[in-house]
Amino acid sequence: MSAPAPTGSLLRTRHLEFTVVGVLLVLLTVIFPLCNAHGLLSDFTITLWGKYLCYALLAISVDLLWGYTGLLSLGQALFFSLGGYMFGMYLMLQIGMLGSYAKAGQNPAGLPDFMVFLGHTFLPLFWRPFNSFGFAALMVFLVPGLVALIFGFLAFRSRIKGVYFSILTQALTYGAALMFFRNDFTMGGNNGFTDFKFILGHSLVEPDTGPATMRGLFVASALALLLVCLFCHWLNGTKFGLVRQAIRDGENRVLFSGYATANFKLFVFVVAAFIAAVGGALFVPQAGIINPDQMTPDKSIEAVVWVAVGGRGTLIGPIIGAITINALRSWATQAYPDSWLIILGLIFLLVVLFLPGGIVSLPGKLKALRGHKGKPAEPAATRA
Amino acid sequence: MVWKLFRPLLLCTLGVCVGLLANVRAMAAPETARATIVRAILTTDDAQKRAIINSLIGQGDEAIREVFTAWRQDNLYVYSAPGGAKVPVELTGDKDAAGTQAAVRVDTGEPLKDAAGQPLRLVAKQLTAVEHDAGLRRAMKNVVDLLDLGSPLPAKRLRAVQTIGFAQKADKLPALEARAGLETDTEIKKELKEAIALIHLADSDDGVKIKALAELQELHNSSSYDLINALKVKAETGGKPAVVAAANAALVAIENHRSVVKFFGTLFRGLSAGSVLLVVALGLAITFGLMGVINMAHGEMITVGAYATYITQNVFGEGMHFTLPFIKVAIHLPGLHLTGWAYQLYFVAAIPVGFLSAALVGIALERSVIRFLYRRPLESLLATFGVSLILQQLFKLTFGSNNVNVDSPVYLSSNWTVFDVTFDWNRVFVIGFAAVIVFGVWLALTKTPLGLLIRCVMQNRMMASCMGVRTERVNMLTFGLGSGLAGLAGVFVTQLGTVGPSMGQEYIVDSFMTVVVGGVGSIFGTVVSALGIGLADQSLQQILLNPVLGKILVLLAIILFLQWRPTGLFAARSRSLD
Repeated sequence: MSAPAPTGSLLRTRHLEFTVVGVLLVLLTVIFPLCNAHGLLSDFTITLWGKYLCYALLAISVDLLWGYTGLLSLGQALFFSLGGYMFGMYLMLQIGMLGSYAKAGQNPAGLPDFMVFLGHTFLPLFWRPFNSFGFAALMVFLVPGLVALIFGFLAFRSRIKGVYFSILTQALTYGAALMFFRNDFTMGGNNGFTDFKFILGHSLVEPDTGPATMRGLFVASALALLLVCLFCHWLNGTKFGLVRQAIRDGENRVLFSGYATANFKLFVFVVAAFIAAVGGALFVPQAGIINPDQMTPDKSIEAVVWVAVGGRGTLIGPIIGAITINALRSWATQAYPDSWLIILGLIFLLVVLFLPGGIVSLPGKLKALRGHKGKPAEPAATRA
Repeated sequence: MVWKLFRPLLLCTLGVCVGLLANVRAMAAPETARATIVRAILTTDDAQKRAIINSLIGQGDEAIREVFTAWRQDNLYVYSAPGGAKVPVELTGDKDAAGTQAAVRVDTGEPLKDAAGQPLRLVAKQLTAVEHDAGLRRAMKNVVDLLDLGSPLPAKRLRAVQTIGFAQKADKLPALEARAGLETDTEIKKELKEAIALIHLADSDDGVKIKALAELQELHNSSSYDLINALKVKAETGGKPAVVAAANAALVAIENHRSVVKFFGTLFRGLSAGSVLLVVALGLAITFGLMGVINMAHGEMITVGAYATYITQNVFGEGMHFTLPFIKVAIHLPGLHLTGWAYQLYFVAAIPVGFLSAALVGIALERSVIRFLYRRPLESLLATFGVSLILQQLFKLTFGSNNVNVDSPVYLSSNWTVFDVTFDWNRVFVIGFAAVIVFGVWLALTKTPLGLLIRCVMQNRMMASCMGVRTERVNMLTFGLGSGLAGLAGVFVTQLGTVGPSMGQEYIVDSFMTVVVGGVGSIFGTVVSALGIGLADQSLQQILLNPVLGKILVLLAIILFLQWRPTGLFAARSRSLD
């Protein structure tokens, strides 16, 4: 497994990168909402960019595993959606008597609409605590974390790695998507959760107060991203971070040096699940919908591609990748609806074949081409 | 001269002969159902009328149903011909301005004609209506109910026997018993026995009931279960232990038979599901297992095979035209306009076409993308995922986003029923075909020079290259073989599932799991794991009565299985560290 080593001094690049990420995110948290409040940016743009930031969180979780630890997980969309579903349960219960069945007087208990449709008369037991925001927020971490812990424990204990790990995570998310597609799982079936009205008492849809709520969610997403970046930056500097990178580059040597690599991997896997889940939880109120389509293996692979396009093994790469591809999607699905998937597919192909370091490696490559023509543009990649 | 003299004589003789012949035939042929009905209509005595109608019981002529319907709906009239003969007719069609309607003779079913041979139109009011009373209607209904018993079509007879049996009306017994004496079809004979026993179940005499139950126990047909159960409940409340015991024995016999049928049915479905999985995963066992390439576009190779089948079918039929997207080249394939068996053979032709087209697409993919990624398996996953997206969209733009229709050839669309277990021919065929392909792949890999080269390149590409093996070409051919096998799978799944641009996605996760469980690099392992997963899937579906839950459980079981054997069932043993 190869990963492009950062060009130049490891330390200097890390600091440079961190500064760039920090400045960008401060801009996002302050400038964007201010512009929106003064009418310079449309509400639509703010919500759109809010979603991009959530996707960036998902991309970082992929990068943490793939770029830094060498574990290609094709199941990160599962943790993203699980986070989304947990928070979605809270949002569904906030609709209360404003749902369409309740308005028609057919829903005296104030159940979510899909339950009335399926003939439930009372709220299933495991739904009840989700009336509380705190409990839902806790579950956003707990449920995906627990799934990651159990699956990761089983997978790393039996030393499933490389391609097999990818295929197993893919199967995991596939199985979960099948389960969530079922109506009797009481998680909304095909249609999932939608039609949210309130979050913490603030309206999401009212024309006068809705935009402010969305702005708040945008700021929250940007802050979450900033915190995650800070955390990852800190983690990269610790001994733990170094061991992790060593696992990526030569797991057997690390193992023979006396490190329990399985535990390291398990820890990273669970942390990555947390990050993806936070992204999902913030994504749901902004997108206004969560359904099992978000869980399919395709979505996971797409997230991996964002990272590949942006540049893996870096902090800023996944953010750039997630925002670029999704912005491109927003534009191309309008301008060239027939060709969008082909464009996306071509991007994957070209990046994998010709730009393994992603967009962030472009400046270095160009500089190397201009400056020292004799030297190879990229140091030889290490292989496990 | 002589000829001239004889001619009239000859003609006379001929005429007499023909007349005689006609006469003889008329005498030999039994009276048609229509003629019997005419007799009934023209008879004045009601009791005699009923007797004539009842004499129709056991006949299977569809005309009876038509005429009786017309009779009951007051559409029959008696027309007095100019010669004084009375002709029953049925008035049909709309009335015109003068109130006349088309008239059809009851005795022949042909339009009524006047002396000049012109169709006559009659006015209902000027004719005598054919009357019917409650007794007649009941008699007619009875005849119509039993009509299908005499049908020349065995399927219709079978259904009629079943319907009559389930109605449990004692008045139908004589008809059933009469039919039982005539029937030659063994299956219908059995069904008749059951129907008679079922009617006896409703008898008031307990002795008859117990005898009928013994009969049903021997027949142990699943369909009689509910009626026996109902009888048992009634007998329990009525306090008749002998009847209850007999009913219980019959029920146990049926249940035993049912579970045996279910077991074999599940076994068969599991085998066929496993065979589908096997055919789909075999190509992957080569590209992934032997070459180490993670081809996410493998599913699209299946789609290529399926669309190749679709195109072959259209070329055998009416031809087709489509436009290639982006380059806007219109392709017109002329049709061969075949019909019947020649058309049905399209499926046989589709087998090599599917294999070759998928193999060619695979080789193109290998040359353009995959050959750069042999050292980077995880990146081959991403690149081929991109290819998969592109191909899916291209299929969508070329053939439309809806599923296309691929006919089942007659030789695959029927089934055998052996001891109540249904064997669909397409599934039997898939099982047989999977066996053939596995054998062929095994032969190709172990007994041919190319197989030897494939194995040596896959074991150690560098060393093979040093020994002078043209590894590039071997890679290309191996990938082509794997893709071609996926194309073959595509040809087969047209008979089992839908054909659409995204159909390949349904199979991709399952086939990767199959290869991983079987042990990467082992064709034999793939066979065992495909059949095992297919059987487990179908049995769980039977037990849980829920296909999706079964599938999820299988996925979970696979994850747990890999705990026990992380490298799969039959992994190649090696001391090297990866």
